[in-house]
Amino acid sequence: MRLHYPTNVKIAKIPCTGRVDNLLILKAFESGVDGVYLAGCLEGECHFLEGNLRARKRVEYVKSLLDEVGLGGARLEMYNMSSAQGQRFAEVAREMTEKIRALGPSPVRKKVKG
Amino acid sequence: MIVGNRKSFEEILEMIKPYRRVLLLGCNECVTVCAVGGEREVGVLASELRLWSAKEGQELEIREHTIERQCDHEYIDQIRSFVDEYEVILSMACGAGVQYVAEQYRTRIVLPAINTTFLGVTLEQGVWSERCQGCGTCILDKTGGICPIARCAKSLLNGPCGGASNGKCEVDKETDCGWQLIVDRLKELGQLDQYEEIIPIKDWSTSRDGGPRKRVREDSRL
Ligand code: SF4
Ligand code: SF4
Repeated sequence: MRLHYPTNVKIAKIPCTGRVDNLLILKAFESGVDGVYLAGCLEGECHFLEGNLRARKRVEYVKSLLDEVGLGGARLEMYNMSSAQGQRFAEVAREMTEKIRALGPSPVRKKVKG
Repeated sequence: MIVGNRKSFEEILEMIKPYRRVLLLGCNECVTVCAVGGEREVGVLASELRLWSAKEGQELEIREHTIERQCDHEYIDQIRSFVDEYEVILSMACGAGVQYVAEQYRTRIVLPAINTTFLGVTLEQGVWSERCQGCGTCILDKTGGICPIARCAKSLLNGPCGGASNGKCEVDKETDCGWQLIVDRLKELGQLDQYEEIIPIKDWSTSRDGGPRKRVREDSRL
């Protein structure tokens, strides 16, 4: 299967979305990205039982933090898909890219002092 | 442990508005366990502040630092070498920690990033609940190990009141009636006869009513 998805999407591999902690997401925004989405396994199919459910809760929380700081929670999303759903993966990448494009570049792009 | 809630980002911004160099100081004890002011939460707030300042084009330097305890001066001393580089210390410890840091660095402004709320326990991951109000004269021996001061909304010494209904307190349908818990527990322990005994009027002078409290243990003083 040779599927195309937008080249602006950079993939960070992690063993399970349950590994993603709030700070990790915030750090991605500090590095200047315009948006972040988590691609977790389908709900109910987590190898670690609840990793993806926990990730969703954290995403909701970090969205509220992004709203607080004025970046907007809409720049962060959680999606669920199985490893067999390549089509869905490409579709989500396009969907998120369009959504972020509509929001415009991150207002903190390259401005955060390390 | 001492439990708190983080102040809103808006409130924090309002407090630090006049300053450009902020030392964000976490504490490794209670506030770490209740996930409000330890190293991780320092990281999150610092990140939020950096994102905000970048977005607003505001100059703001944040240094993250977490010490073992903000209620012991030996640990507070550890920031002495760099504390003067910052205009303000934003403390994520409980109110005791915030004050003690301020006492050690009298020329620094120290601000609270959290609202200290209660002495309590971890019910489950992410859920904490109040258990004690530090009244200074514990009566848990008379109440089946359940505190009527902290767990009855009216701190009644002889309850329940007429507002109890189906085991819940009248202030909130979700909250257990402290006195119902006491009666149930005394029953379980076969100590219901204790419930018959009237608990006398409490001497509140050992509590906050007697003014700020202090404990001295002569044999452990240096
Ligand atoms: S009786 Fe006083 S000391 Fe004992 S648990 Fe209640 S508030 Fe705390
Ligand atoms: S209902 Fe129970 S807990 Fe609530 S005020 Fe009355 S005695 Fe106290």
